Amino acid sequence: MFRSLLIANRGEIARRIGTVARSMGLRTVAVYSDADAQAPFVQEADQAVRLGPPPPKDSYLNVEALIRAARETGAEAVHPGYGFVSENAEFARACTEAGIVFVGPPPESMARMKDKAQARALAAGAGVPVVPGSDGTVADLAGANQAAERIGFPVLVKAAGGGGGIGMAVAGSQAELEKAFRACADRARAAFGRDAVYLERYFPAPRHIEVQILGDTHGNLLHVLERECSIQRRHQKVVEEAGSPLFLDGKSPQLLRRMTDAALAAARAFGYANAGTVEFLVADGEFFFIEMNARLQVEHPVTELTTGVDLIGWQLRIASGERLTLKQQDIARRGHALEFRIYAEDPVRFLPSPGPLKTFQPPEGEGIRVDAGYAEGGVVTPYYDPLLAKLIVTGKDRAEAIRRSEGALERFQIEGLKNNVPLHLRIVRDRAFQEGALDTHFLEHHAKP
Amino acid sequence: MDVPAHITGTVWKVEVSVGQKVAAGDVLVILESMKMEMPVEAPEAGTVKELRCQPSQPVNEGDVLVVLAP
Repeated sequence: MFRSLLIANRGEIARRIGTVARSMGLRTVAVYSDADAQAPFVQEADQAVRLGPPPPKDSYLNVEALIRAARETGAEAVHPGYGFVSENAEFARACTEAGIVFVGPPPESMARMKDKAQARALAAGAGVPVVPGSDGTVADLAGANQAAERIGFPVLVKAAGGGGGIGMAVAGSQAELEKAFRACADRARAAFGRDAVYLERYFPAPRHIEVQILGDTHGNLLHVLERECSIQRRHQKVVEEAGSPLFLDGKSPQLLRRMTDAALAAARAFGYANAGTVEFLVADGEFFFIEMNARLQVEHPVTELTTGVDLIGWQLRIASGERLTLKQQDIARRGHALEFRIYAEDPVRFLPSPGPLKTFQPPEGEGIRVDAGYAEGGVVTPYYDPLLAKLIVTGKDRAEAIRRSEGALERFQIEGLKNNVPLHLRIVRDRAFQEGALDTHFLEHHAKP
Repeated sequence: MDVPAHITGTVWKVEVSVGQKVAAGDVLVILESMKMEMPVEAPEAGTVKELRCQPSQPVNEGDVLVVLAP
């Protein structure tokens, strides 16, 4: 095992990775932008290096500055967290070339997953069901129109290389398709340097269910069961849980089995090692591959807390070349976990709301964990995503987890900026949520003020 | 008429130029905040009299971005 780790991220995930790494005896190095100089993840690290000004391109996306920081501090390994450089194969290669261990999948595996059209083709080739869509990217409007006619409206238009809800639009007609194509092509060009977009069938009420994968560099691969992340706004997750209500109490075991088998087949097709996630849409008893994420997910704690598998710890051990000693038959779920993403945003219109955290008092108690990126007195800037903290609540079953969550949310005190705690309270009190009747458009119809 | 920013963030794109005629609902500026794009639209028809922002400039909620003449 390496003895030092640079964490190329910020906020709650940098803090969490630091905590796990230090518990394993590693020396941790934080990197930060000027906006985060006083943040908890910087203060808690053994050492901290300034990257640059607040904009991500000058700080957390600056590959050169990250590699320099690792060299100067003698960090033997780099954990990229999620977002930023976590799915950047060039960064992974730059680490390897500098003699630094990159905690993640092999760069070539990352490159296969990053291009979504290529990823889809690879998954389909491995026998994994994919959402009907354009085969590969379309580079112009005529191509988009042709593909849409074959797939059938409504279609979802996505920028190749996009993610996290950036560069996506739904089109219900040819006129809407023209607008959506131009917006996504613009975005793809601005962010990724080319015009490529792809189209796929749009499902009106699917569930989003994903399978956690863990593999080592010696060919061992297993899944760590599913998570449901159907509650989203603007294609970004808001509440996640493990397990999915679709499979609670032993329901639909064949469907779950087919999904975990497909996830393993996809991971093998990508040549995957380390922790990853295969995302599926589930509709009418069928499931379709969306993408494979080559990184730790934001929502990994709900898996950790219900299976006892320490995903970050395994990421570090796998990166150092250790063998996976877990066996598939050892993976079982105990209890239920819910994760609420506490965002600095208006709880009704979901508009960003940066500002000062005058009061920040997370709840405490049995079955309650809060992974927070900020502390009281901190300032939330507009430069990064709106995630303030994750409230993660466990219970012996889903009903208990929901009851605990309601109490925890009531006690969560945040003042100084708008936040979505009131939205989460409406969600846990919603009858459809309590019954587990979820789909990705849940927030358009439920939990209204 | 002053058109203000409705969120705190950064100017991603300016979609109009001085002297341009716009209709109500036309996108004037696109703001970016917390990884999200938010278009700022013309509240009514008019002509762009003044641009008070440029790409990558940080703005606060309420800052005037564009001035429209009727």
